[in-house]
Amino acid sequence: MVRPALEQVWDWLGEVPDPEIPVISLTDLGIIRDVAWDDDTLVVTVTPTYSGCPATSVINFEIEKKLRDEGVGQLRLERQLTPPWTTDWIKPQAREALKAYGIAPPIDGTAADGVLAGRISRLSGQSNLAVECPRCGSTKTEKVSQFGSTPCKAAYRCTDCLEPFDYFKCI
Amino acid sequence: MAPSLSDVMTPDAAALAAAQKGEGRAPLKAGSPEHDLFTGLTRLGDNCLILGHRVSEWCGHAPVLEEDIALANMALDLIGQTQLWLGLAGEVEGRGRDADALAFRRDGWDFHNILLVERPNGDFGQTLMRQFLFDAWHAPMLKALEGSSDDRIAAIAQKAGKEVAYHIERSADLVIRLGDGTEESHARMQAALEALWGYAGEAFIADAVDTRLAEAGLMPAPESLRATFDETVNAVFAEAALTRPESDFAHKGGKQGRHSEHMGHLLTDMQWLQRAYPDAKW
Ligand SMILES: [Zn+2]
Repeated sequence: MVRPALEQVWDWLGEVPDPEIPVISLTDLGIIRDVAWDDDTLVVTVTPTYSGCPATSVINFEIEKKLRDEGVGQLRLERQLTPPWTTDWIKPQAREALKAYGIAPPIDGTAADGVLAGRISRLSGQSNLAVECPRCGSTKTEKVSQFGSTPCKAAYRCTDCLEPFDYFKCI
Repeated sequence: MAPSLSDVMTPDAAALAAAQKGEGRAPLKAGSPEHDLFTGLTRLGDNCLILGHRVSEWCGHAPVLEEDIALANMALDLIGQTQLWLGLAGEVEGRGRDADALAFRRDGWDFHNILLVERPNGDFGQTLMRQFLFDAWHAPMLKALEGSSDDRIAAIAQKAGKEVAYHIERSADLVIRLGDGTEESHARMQAALEALWGYAGEAFIADAVDTRLAEAGLMPAPESLRATFDETVNAVFAEAALTRPESDFAHKGGKQGRHSEHMGHLLTDMQWLQRAYPDAKW
């Protein structure tokens, strides 16, 4: 059988939209970790965004559907946990797409680290993140909740244009 | 032909078949390294599962919409982590039980979660305090597990640790805001702390299984996490104007399968569908 070139496979996967945020693709999101041939079987290695992300099974389904539609007969999906997914892997063009879609993109290097004791004063005050409102561009925004519509987002509100919006948390 | 959703979700068929062949295998021998590891993993998974279930009970009932959504998302993280820990536990056991089988077909005495996580939700303050006390243990536990001699454990801990870092930010933030809030919110948070403090210590008390797992470098010694826990809770309580109870007396037994009366009610609710219709698919 003819084995499509791996670049071609990457291009195909780049056409599969994320089921929850359809303006970015699975490759934009950085969750496809590897594509390789094992004899005549195409092996796609995927890393989950969050362990409980309900989109994970839908993502696997979409990958399989796309590749089968393109004529790939033998296919295996593998899950890879390490290194764990990070928002640093979201591609630059996807960050612009997120903003245009109304979601503030992650601010790299601001992930929570679980070590609290030194940052209590920060916790008791307002968030020190200058998250830009995706609607009007103002940085006069405030966190409403650490968890937004999905685990990967936080709920924010703009105090200039008064619109609520989602912020894609850095992880 | 388009694949069906359940086909795609099925893990490696060969691995599954091999595992299923082990179904008739004898149970692991108590005291053996495999049994210790299985027990340690179910302790981790059961904590996430039972707390995840408790938190999910709030869905549609939280005081404000944002908190309702936040609670549902936290529950989701915890159930996701449960799948990883119990999935590995089933693999270690080698008797064909996957995460679902372990979650839905075990009886109360086979669950190894600490008593804290099965405490009823109470009011929003009690739910938050329970979460904060759990997170203050969970975060350093996962950090320590990243150094496990078992790569599979280290991988799950690394993944879960990133999520739990946000859990503790949220729970600490809210404990401070409500503790140092109105007279009413302060009184409720102090009452919640007093009601739950006696359940915070169990996670730090080692039994023989913990000791052997620590000696093997698989999991940290429970008492080694106490200093970080104390540092975190003391700093947050000070900021929240809450008084830490004097006695560190700890109720225990959950890790060994001796649970409170609440556990049976919780399991009845959580397991009834899979018990009534085994292997039912969504
Ligand atoms: Zn705005």
